[in-house]
This record gives sequence, C-alpha cells and structure tokens, in this order.
Amino acid sequence: MSVTLTVNGSLLTLEAPPASRLLDVLRERLGLTGTKEGCGEGECGACTILLDGVPVNSCLVALGQCAGREVTTVEGLGDAQHLTPLQEAMVTEGGAQCGICTPGMLLSAEALLREKPAPTDGEIREAIAGNVCRCTGYQRIVNAITEGARRREVRP
Amino acid sequence: MAPSVGKSVPRVDGPAKAAGSARYVDDLVLPGMLHGATVRSDVARGRLLGVDLDPAFDWSGITVVTAEDVPVNSVPIIETDQPVLARDEIRHAYEPVALLACEDRLRLEKALRHVALRVEPLPPVLTIDDALAAREVIRPPDNVSKRYLITKGKGGTAGPGVVDGCEVVVRGVYESGAQEHVYIEPNGMIAFWDEEGAHVEGSLQCPYYVQKGIKGVFGLPDDGVDVTQAVTGGGFGGKEEYPTILALHALLLAKKSGRPVKLVYGRQEDVEASTKRHPSRVEIATGCDRDGTLRAVSIRVLFDGGAYVTLTPVVLSRGALHACGAYRWEDVHVEALAVATNTPPNGAFRGFGAPQTIWAIERHLDRIARTLGLDPMELRRKNLLRLGDTTATGQTLKESVGVEECVEKAIAASGFVEKRARGPVVTGRLARGIGAAVFLHGAGFTGSGEKYLKGKIAVDLLPGERALVRTASTEMGQGTETVFRQIVADALGIAVDAVDFAVPSTKNVPDSGPTVASRTVMVVGSIAERAATELRARVGQEATARGLSRSEAWERLAADPARATALVQYEPPPGVVWDDATYSGDAYPAYGWACDIAEVEVDLDTFETKVTGFWAAVDVGRVMNPTLCAGQVEGGTLQAIGWALTEKLVTRDGKILNPRMTNYIVPTSLDAPPFTTILVEAPYSRGPGGAKGVGELPMDGGAPAVAAAIEHATGLVLDRVPLLPEDLFEASLKGDAR
Repeated sequence: MSVTLTVNGSLLTLEAPPASRLLDVLRERLGLTGTKEGCGEGECGACTILLDGVPVNSCLVALGQCAGREVTTVEGLGDAQHLTPLQEAMVTEGGAQCGICTPGMLLSAEALLREKPAPTDGEIREAIAGNVCRCTGYQRIVNAITEGARRREVRP
Repeated sequence: MAPSVGKSVPRVDGPAKAAGSARYVDDLVLPGMLHGATVRSDVARGRLLGVDLDPAFDWSGITVVTAEDVPVNSVPIIETDQPVLARDEIRHAYEPVALLACEDRLRLEKALRHVALRVEPLPPVLTIDDALAAREVIRPPDNVSKRYLITKGKGGTAGPGVVDGCEVVVRGVYESGAQEHVYIEPNGMIAFWDEEGAHVEGSLQCPYYVQKGIKGVFGLPDDGVDVTQAVTGGGFGGKEEYPTILALHALLLAKKSGRPVKLVYGRQEDVEASTKRHPSRVEIATGCDRDGTLRAVSIRVLFDGGAYVTLTPVVLSRGALHACGAYRWEDVHVEALAVATNTPPNGAFRGFGAPQTIWAIERHLDRIARTLGLDPMELRRKNLLRLGDTTATGQTLKESVGVEECVEKAIAASGFVEKRARGPVVTGRLARGIGAAVFLHGAGFTGSGEKYLKGKIAVDLLPGERALVRTASTEMGQGTETVFRQIVADALGIAVDAVDFAVPSTKNVPDSGPTVASRTVMVVGSIAERAATELRARVGQEATARGLSRSEAWERLAADPARATALVQYEPPPGVVWDDATYSGDAYPAYGWACDIAEVEVDLDTFETKVTGFWAAVDVGRVMNPTLCAGQVEGGTLQAIGWALTEKLVTRDGKILNPRMTNYIVPTSLDAPPFTTILVEAPYSRGPGGAKGVGELPMDGGAPAVAAAIEHATGLVLDRVPLLPEDLFEASLKGDAR
C-alpha cells in the first residue's frame, strides 16, 4: 500500500505495509536515525516526533495513520552546524548528557514553545513528563527550555 | 590563553546529540548485516538436557549458535565461572543458551519461538537467607562467594562484641532491593570478522574489558581484536562488564554466518538479562556515650551476588569500605559477605556497593539520634571525620576533607534547622518533613587497584597547533570528552576547540583502565594533564634549542612521529599504602564528601511521597566544569531518589514480573524535585587542578535523606528501600506512626 505524507517539509509517497511502525519507517526507510527507540511501548519518549505539531511516540504510530499528515523529526529542527535557539540552549545549559533522550525531549519542548512561548517551570515539567531522562535529574532540561524560550524571543 | 578549567564549556559532543546526528550503535548499518537474538532459559535453575529446533520450521538463512560453537566457554571477568552460553546447567532465569541470526527481523522473531529448551528444573536459591541456609549448595562449600573482614582498635580481638560495654548500644537492620540502570539506550553491539581478526563496535564503558573477554574466548592476540565505542546512551555501570557478553554473542554469530551481525536488546530483554544493583542487608550495632560520642561499631554486610561472580567481590569491597560512613570510630568490626543465588548476576551500578552501606549507616545514625533524643544533624556534626582522623581501615586523612563546609552550606541553603525544629507541617492530608544524609565516596580504584591497572593516556601534537587526546576513558554522557579537552587545552596553552578527542578504539587508544569508580577525571585526567605538560615543555625546548617560534617548533614536533606523542602512565601517589591481606591502610587516594537534604510531602491518605525540594552540597576538590559537574550531582541524586521511592524490581521464582518501563518506574520530570546544587572545593593535591571524583558520590545520599524526611513528616521509621506507598502503609499499621 502506498502512503503519502510530509516529513520535515518534504512530500513523500512510501510503499510499505500500513501497519509498519512510523519509528521503523523513519529510521530504516528514510535514514532519519535521530529518532531513537528506548522501549518500544510508548513509555520512554525517546522516539517522540511531532504529528501535525503534536508530540507522539512514533513507536505507537502506524504509517497508515500518517497519510496526508505532517511529521517533524529532530532532523527537521537545526543540524549540528545550525542549531535552533532551543537546541543550542539544550547544549549550553547542560540539558543533554548521553543524548539519547534529547531528540524526543526537544520535540516535546518545541511543541510546548509553539503553544506557550514563555512557559512556567510547571508547564515545562508537564510537557516533558513523557520523555524519560536517566542522566540529568531534569533540572537542567527545565533550565534549557526556559533559556531556549528566551532566546527564541530574541532570535526566533 | 585564558584557562578553560572551571568554566562551563559547553559539551563538545552536544551539537550532534541535539541535532540527532550522533551515531549510536543501533544507527549503524553494515553491508550484508544480520540481526541477532538470544534464546534464554525460562527457569532459574536446572539441568539443560537439550536445545531442540522445530523440524517443521524453515531454518534456511538462519544461523544457530550453541555452546558447542564457543571456543573457550567462559567469560573472563574476575573469575571464569560464567559461561558464554549455558552448556548443561542453568543457573538463572534468562540465562543465554543459544543464539540466532537472520537478515529479516520478523523471521528472526518467529524463529525464536521455534527453539525449545529441554530443562529438568532444580530447586533454586533465590534470596540471601536461602543462600545462607545452604539447603541447596550452588557455590561450594556454603554459597558464600566472597568475604572480607575490616577491624580497627578492639575490633580485632573483640569481634562483633566490640560494642559491648559502651554506654548506649543501638542495633538496626537495613535492607535494599535490586535496581535496574534503565540507561535509555538499551545494550547493543555490532560485530564482524576479517583477515585482521574480530571487530566489535557498541554501547560500552570499557573497551579493554571487552577486548579481554574476546581474547580469552576466541584465543586471539591483542592486535587480533578491535573494540570501538559507539556513542553511548548512558551507562551508570550497566555497561561496565555486561557489554562483553553482547560482544561475544555477536562475534559468535558473525563467525558462524560469515556476515556482520547486529545484536541490540529490546527494553524487556535488557531489564531481564542485564546486571542489577546488588540487593543487600546490613546489620549494625553501635556503641556510643550518652552525649552522642560514637565509640564502636560492628557491621555485617550481606550482598546477593546472583548466579555468577561478575564484579561482586569488588562491589562488596567498596560496600564494606564505606560501611562506617563519614564518622570517627575507635573500634570497628565489619564483616562483609556476598552470596550466590539463582538470580540474574548482579554487577556494577553507580556507587558500586556504597549506596547500600551508606543507606544503612545513615539510617542508623538517625536511629541513634532518636534513641538519645539528639538532633540527627548535631549527632553527625559531632562525629564527622576531620583532617588528621583515621578511617575504619586506619587511613589518616591528610588533605581534602570538605565535609563540614558541605554540611554548613546545605543547612544554610535549605533552611534545615528551622524546618526541622518546626516539626512536621501537616496541611490537610499532606505532611511535610525534611531529612539529611552526610556521606563520603572513595574516588578511584580501591586499595592497590590503580597500581595494578597502570592506566595510560596519549596526547599527540597535531599540525596547526592542535592536539589529540587518545584515551580509553569513554564519554557516556558524564562529560569525559569535554573535560579532558579542557585539561589538555589548558596544559598546552591552546583553545579547547583546538583539542580533538579520539574515538575510543583499542586499535588507537592506550588502555587507560576502565571508565568506572569515579576515577576518570581524578586519575586519568591527572595523566592527561601530565602528558600535555610534557608536550608543552618539549615545544618550549625545541623552540629555544633551534631559535624557533612556538608555532614553528610545534609544527616540527608534530611532523616527527618519534616526538609528537607523549604517552604517560599513572603512578599511584607515594605514601598511599594498602594491605590486601589485612584490609587496612589507605583504601582510596581521596574521598568526595557531601551533605544531601531532602524535603518531602507525604499524602497521609494514599501514602504517596513527593520530594518537593533537594539540596546537595558536594566537595569535588575542584570543579572542572560547573554545568557538567552539577549535572552529575543532580542526575545521580535522582537515580537515588528512584531507588528510594519507586524502583522496585518484583520477582517470583527467580523471574522478574515487571521488566518494562510501564511497571518498573523511573522518575519523570514530574517526580523530580527542583535541585539546588552547591559545589564545594577542598582540593586534592594529586588530582588535576585539585579535582576528585564525582560520578558515584551523588548516588549515596538520596535514599537516606528521603527516608529521614519521611520519618520527620510521618513518624514512620523505615529501614528498607524502596519505599512504595504500600510500604509506608504497612509501616503505619505496625503502630510506630506518630
């Protein structure tokens, strides 16, 4: 079956079983390996992507559900030489350590900041509650998202 | 060039991680690669009678490996008791018995369901008490795999009776459960063979441990084995010894199939099969004066080692060496035992035995305070180790003891004294309380470890006034790569971004020793500094001798392979003396010190505990990079809070009932408190810039501080972690609630 969807701004038509996990399609078919698999059952959030701007676990989404919709992965933010203010803050504020949760964390934060440009700590913690980080204790991720929001104001 | 050490230089590996372009093992693809999978035992103990492949299944294109295919069937760690694949005996549930590989992952999954193990079950030994009772002997003669004795003063002659005759004797028993690392990237390894020999790349902490394992099992020389670290998504000790098993399994499949093989565990398999923190029981008796002056201590430490020895003897050693806490005792008797059980082997986990014994002694200090009617912090302050004091092993503390400053600063920042004095604040059904823990953690290998390890590092001068650090100390999120660049850049007088960090691979980095034991910055960092300093002098001499500018001299040396490199080996500081026979002397070259304060809110209806504030003041000797350092403290502390409150591994018949992130609960952003981290610097003369270790220290204090806060809030005396709501409920039924 063929499915047409938009991934990071590009319109694509993929020939694949419609029940394929979006996570596998992104990683294996499209080579977008920035989306990580941590548990495969929607608990860790490492595979978070945006589906029409809403953060979802791509391990729980079937390709067929994405027909006509827009998918944003971490590769749709900035690359390593051109980080967005949010990505940059994640690095400078110590929000990334081992980095495996970082792509998913950034997408949850990105969705939050699109809705709420200046979130409170509580709103940030709520927004990333589905993204488990085992390294940081979260304090520096919260700081990074706050700082990222500030830098977006200055340099959107 | 302004020094970079002491500044929050942004993590060098950060941009690639934030862009999603960092390549972890599961992101790697080799041409013709197969996927591997493991067939595991379903029972905890039994005789393996056979491995049967379903004749009705189509096995074409599937590689099958069993014990018959393993050249030397034992994993060389400390002992050689653990087979690579079980041959005729099953010693724990999930024990690997056979391996499969196939190009198509769906067929691989199906094939797994068509392998049957014929096993005759035997009665398993599942707990410390089972093991000590020795009705079933699984490790002759008595199921005890390791034993240590530490004595001081009268402890040598009086034995466990050392507390007798003291004015006040207090006794307590403290327990802790297993803990899973839950690095967010599960274990994974990719392997292939070529004319040079074996190659593996994967998620790992210690390339040379993996190399040792491969050499032993396949009978290969050093240059026949190449182990490379991929970007690693968290380790916490869980990728210290365990990745050797994945490397061996992937190589066996690659050898038999003649193809590259990728072996990546799913979350459930990772939780079930990989090592855990050792479950423990610590029995303490102390003697003190009525005014709270501590005199004597007798401790029995019991660790469940699981089915194979792995690193248990050294974990137990560190546990025993931290058992007396951060306090002065005249007379000491510590007996530590590890037992064998039929549970999956326990192994390295951040803190390495110390969190269990620090949990026990800190809870016990609270018990003494309660018995004497003293303030728990005053009791601690009165008895804290100071410069010139001797530890339980007779080590005299000569420098770098910042514990009192940690205590003062944590108390001041948290308002501990006022909050403690105010007593529990009950608002509706919420009770608020505050508690503290004071502790130490030895940095570097125990005793003679560093002397035997002979860790090495290389720094090369590169053209363009650049340098390259080559070390087997790996980056796994903690910041090695960034901090080593800072150390080398400062010593050479160049910018941090003029220093490169070689991908750790046994073919191009020297053996720096393992990335463990809070030794990376203090031990390996110190030789990185020495190597860079040596090169700087070489450049200076070359410039003077030939009348060249610094950059001209640098270019000449960089072009000369005989002079471009400084390879430096660690020399333990003179005067550090340790006796393995009597377990006495300088147990660690230096200690990190800390005071943790936790504030909690307990729901008196549901018994849920929320940590609402956490203050950690930590003496790390010298702060190399404040952001990275505080990140270590906060991350380690949250792992300790998880161990204290939510991370309960539930088992039945030796099998894990909650091997998933759905039911083994690690803290989320909503469970984590806001952290206030205070970094204290009491420099250690032999660390780079004065630095000591920080990686493990924050794992030690969170649990006792949280338990003390719950006790303050509710009056419940809790001596076992984890503390789930049902545990608080049960304790409340015993009537010891306020």
